[in-house]
Amino acid sequence: MSVLVFADASEGKFKKTALEVVSYGKKVSEQLGTNIVVLTINASDTSLLYTYGAERVLSVTNDSLKTFNAKQYASIITEIATAEKATVIVVDSSINGLYVAPIVSVNLDAGYASNTVDVPSNINPFAIRRKVFSNKAFCNTIISTDIKVIGLAKNSYGVHENVVQGATEIFEPTIIDSAVVSEKVERVSGEVTIADADIVVSAGRGLKGPENWEMIEELATVLGAATACSKPVSDLGWRPHSEHVGQTGKPVASNLYFAIGISGAIQHLAGINASKVKVVVNSDPEAPFFKAADYGIVGDAFEVVPKLIEKLKAFKLA
Amino acid sequence: MKILVCISHVPDTTSKINFTENNTQFDTNGVQFVINPYDEFCLTRAMWFKEKQGASVTVVNVGGPETEPTLRKTLAIGADNAIRVNAIPTDGLQVAKELAEVVKKGGYDIVLAGKESADYNGQMVPGMLATLTNFNFINGCVGIEVDGTNISATREIDGGNEILSSSLPIVVGGQKGIVEEKDLRIPNMRGIMMARKKPLLVVDAKSVEASTSIDSFEKPAPRGSVKLVDADNLDELINLLHNEAKVI
Repeated sequence: MSVLVFADASEGKFKKTALEVVSYGKKVSEQLGTNIVVLTINASDTSLLYTYGAERVLSVTNDSLKTFNAKQYASIITEIATAEKATVIVVDSSINGLYVAPIVSVNLDAGYASNTVDVPSNINPFAIRRKVFSNKAFCNTIISTDIKVIGLAKNSYGVHENVVQGATEIFEPTIIDSAVVSEKVERVSGEVTIADADIVVSAGRGLKGPENWEMIEELATVLGAATACSKPVSDLGWRPHSEHVGQTGKPVASNLYFAIGISGAIQHLAGINASKVKVVVNSDPEAPFFKAADYGIVGDAFEVVPKLIEKLKAFKLA
Repeated sequence: MKILVCISHVPDTTSKINFTENNTQFDTNGVQFVINPYDEFCLTRAMWFKEKQGASVTVVNVGGPETEPTLRKTLAIGADNAIRVNAIPTDGLQVAKELAEVVKKGGYDIVLAGKESADYNGQMVPGMLATLTNFNFINGCVGIEVDGTNISATREIDGGNEILSSSLPIVVGGQKGIVEEKDLRIPNMRGIMMARKKPLLVVDAKSVEASTSIDSFEKPAPRGSVKLVDADNLDELINLLHNEAKVI
């Protein structure tokens, strides 16, 4: 019996989500009174994982796995889960995590609960809370299979230090063929991505036109934040689709979410609801976003944002 | 080229979500059901393959008779025929197993499915279906081209895109980008009339046992009211974010 955690390092280093699933897996292993085993693929240094409770790390290093491949990665997770007799497998909710987990679930005929937000509330039956209806509700899901796959929602459990005496073993997996081949990876370098950002600065139609985004980008730079936008703004072509956050766009689970000139349609709120603290700037005091926000400023974005940038710059220097 | 598009029947994205029966059932009262938006993007791309490359397009749903209006709408948009697997969906693995039966019998080259459904957001059925049928699988797809038996697809990754190639048959989990919002189609009168005559086959479920079940629902705790800060007192906002919320 063990809890197997997949800590993705496919982009060269461990992201916050990888450290979060290790922290979470450690907690679940304590709950079950069993051991934690952490699998990483092509990680250059696994010792960082010991800080978050990874007592035993299985490290796979292989050039043919340099680019993430869901089928191949799932096969390795499956192989180790079987060898280690894992009863719980924990995967993050990154784009790669969500790609790989359903394959593992079928490989092991294991029930899979995605978007989970907490450790199991009960072990027998195995009950766990997950987000449903696009963040508008939660459900308590019972997983009835012997092996369980858990997809932990981003920024829901948090990264918790739990320093252990860890050890890393080299694991040589069987690498299966995949007909899906990565031809090219195109990444905008240097920008904070919405998925990784602790702070997201988002703006809507209240900005009146794409030419006015300079101040949004500057505010994001000052805060070390990612920029995002509402659906109408991406539909109008003011900003790229990759910035659209909301129910059919990207989900946001940041620590701080700034909404500037966004009225707060129910679909937008659903998509950003998992963020911890929300600040709204809107000239219309009746905007629905004020009902969903923690802090609000009723005011003209064109006056508030430049002033806020200056104040934040001074704050950062202090 | 034979395409299957998997269709979920979900509450409209503007729906207010409530529960009944002591928070164990979703309250459908007053809820408008629609084609799952992620599936609609996939269906629209399938229509493009039909018109430009002569593909045939079948749609499938796992659900009760109440989902048939949603299937008829997909036929009105242009799908050739529809299949309803007569089962109440309970979890992703069960739905994927039911769909796998349809896929195995149908000889499809491409199965398109939204990467998630707007109700339970499991994001699991496409990957499970691909694995159960031993089809190739690309998830989070924002662009797809077919040339003979080769696929070129783009998937979204954190901070960018990845270009992938694959052979057929394949399951593709699609999202906005596979077509744009402006490409979505509203059925016209002729489409609606024709849809009435198109075949909608109801098949018996395989009665798969679900691996997960929902014990109860809950709504998020009501939040405290917003703290308003004067637009002329931004120092106060910075103070609150730093000292109270501790996020900057």
